[in-house]
Amino acid sequence: MRECKIVSRKFDIKNSHTLEVARLHDGYRTLQKLQEYAPTEIIQIIKDANLRGKGGGGAGAGEKWELMPQNSDKLSFLAVNCDESEPGTFKDRQIITKDPHLLIEGILITCYAIKAHHAYIYIRGEYKQYQDILQFAINEAYEAGLLKECDITIHRGAGAYICGEKSALLESMEGKRGHPRLKPKQKEPEWFFGNPTLVNNVETIASVPFIVQNGADAYREYGTQKSPGTLLFAMSGHVEKPGVYEAEFGTSMMEYIKYYGGGIKNGKKLKALIPGGVSCGVLTAAECENLTLDYESLRGIGSSLGTGGMILMDEDTNMVEVLKNILEFYHEESCGQCTPCREGTGWSDKLVGKILEGNATKEDIDKLLDIANTMNGKTICVFAPAVSSVIVSFIKKFRDEFEDRV
Amino acid sequence: MSFVFSDENLLKIEELKKRYPSPEALCLPCLWMAQYQDGFIKLDAIDAISEQIGIAPMEIYRVVTFYTMFKLSPDEKLNVQVCKTLSCKLCGSDEILQHLKNKDVKITHVECLGSCGTAPVMQINDVNYENLTIEKVDTILEGLS
Repeated sequence: MRECKIVSRKFDIKNSHTLEVARLHDGYRTLQKLQEYAPTEIIQIIKDANLRGKGGGGAGAGEKWELMPQNSDKLSFLAVNCDESEPGTFKDRQIITKDPHLLIEGILITCYAIKAHHAYIYIRGEYKQYQDILQFAINEAYEAGLLKECDITIHRGAGAYICGEKSALLESMEGKRGHPRLKPKQKEPEWFFGNPTLVNNVETIASVPFIVQNGADAYREYGTQKSPGTLLFAMSGHVEKPGVYEAEFGTSMMEYIKYYGGGIKNGKKLKALIPGGVSCGVLTAAECENLTLDYESLRGIGSSLGTGGMILMDEDTNMVEVLKNILEFYHEESCGQCTPCREGTGWSDKLVGKILEGNATKEDIDKLLDIANTMNGKTICVFAPAVSSVIVSFIKKFRDEFEDRV
Repeated sequence: MSFVFSDENLLKIEELKKRYPSPEALCLPCLWMAQYQDGFIKLDAIDAISEQIGIAPMEIYRVVTFYTMFKLSPDEKLNVQVCKTLSCKLCGSDEILQHLKNKDVKITHVECLGSCGTAPVMQINDVNYENLTIEKVDTILEGLS
């Protein structure tokens, strides 16, 4: 296991959230280098590094940056997504509390590249105490004169999972309900009050200083060909040492769990694992055996890497109960805009509840799959298709547990 | 109109207006200010916000009811928000909830608070209390009462 700390380099240093400590450890050093490059050259470096968005989707960051106009009479904006709400995910909060200046440095580079002069950090409402640490760092940066050409404003959400979806995030920032927007047919930037806007995850932006400082090749030395670099993978649930540990893409999943997590809690056996937040299809222990942690291998077995926040479940876990818990979450968090999602999350939650109580029939399992099918591909955003694939993965892999209860 | 923003908040609003391309963006920030000012969002606070940012009161009301953290009535007891989502559930949130039932507090079941690695967790007045045990809950509540 090769330890590699790109984003988490300063996490263990005392007072790492302060400007003084950040500066002692090369913080903001990239800014001097920035003058050597034109904005488009920075974008090219990010593209060459093949930096992929770390909020869950894994889309190329450079490609997204390129959609921002270099010459426009409208203002350009950056919106940093810190709405971290995917269950099992708690990595962005590590960055904003342990190295907020790395994020600010990344924001300054990004804004230079996309010619933006104002960045917003949309932070989930529940993170008030972490927001205060981030605001402290921003104030320090203002006082030190680092934010002369680019303003940073924190925008606080108020409890809505869906606002992590980039267009819902912007709707929310515009003072509306967080309803995702229809996707345009052609590739284009996002829009904030009609102004071109780039939305990127906290960790994506925090990875930028390393790449600009050390070059695309240095970043590509880590990870795999298609998933270069590192990710703040995390573990929670039935694991001895839960937490966030940065590792390179392509790391063996079971080795990672053993090395950083110390194995399954209380020496039990692994039964199932959800790889990157509950919206990724569940895996059986057997499927995890020879798996590596990268986008391609997880997609290869019909799940996805998501945010890299793994939830582990031991041999005594009741999988019907787990699905019920996940569906309660979705039922609560569906934004209600599209009927298949609004109704589907409610009905599937109800049906699994019925199965859990032992009041269901075998037809109810098929009905559940039918609802999942109705939710897939018929809505504005990917919320409902994710719910659908989660339901299908549970029934497919643990069908006997569901049938035992009908 | 009985709701009036405090001078401090009015100053904040003016400062914030300079930071956005449209005052409509101040909807959530103003709602937070109103909620902190009174402990909940009074209906006429919505009118006051409407005057500040130019969104119709009914639209602001729709926003208030969409976001789970906005309250239209005050908490009569200490509001203890317990995360019930998967990682917390796997790590014993049910026992915490059961234990809290015997306490003189308002229990709110909430979804993931981003403390999966330090589960189970509860949030009281914007502060997360992590790695909970029954004993720890007792100590925390005693400290707050």
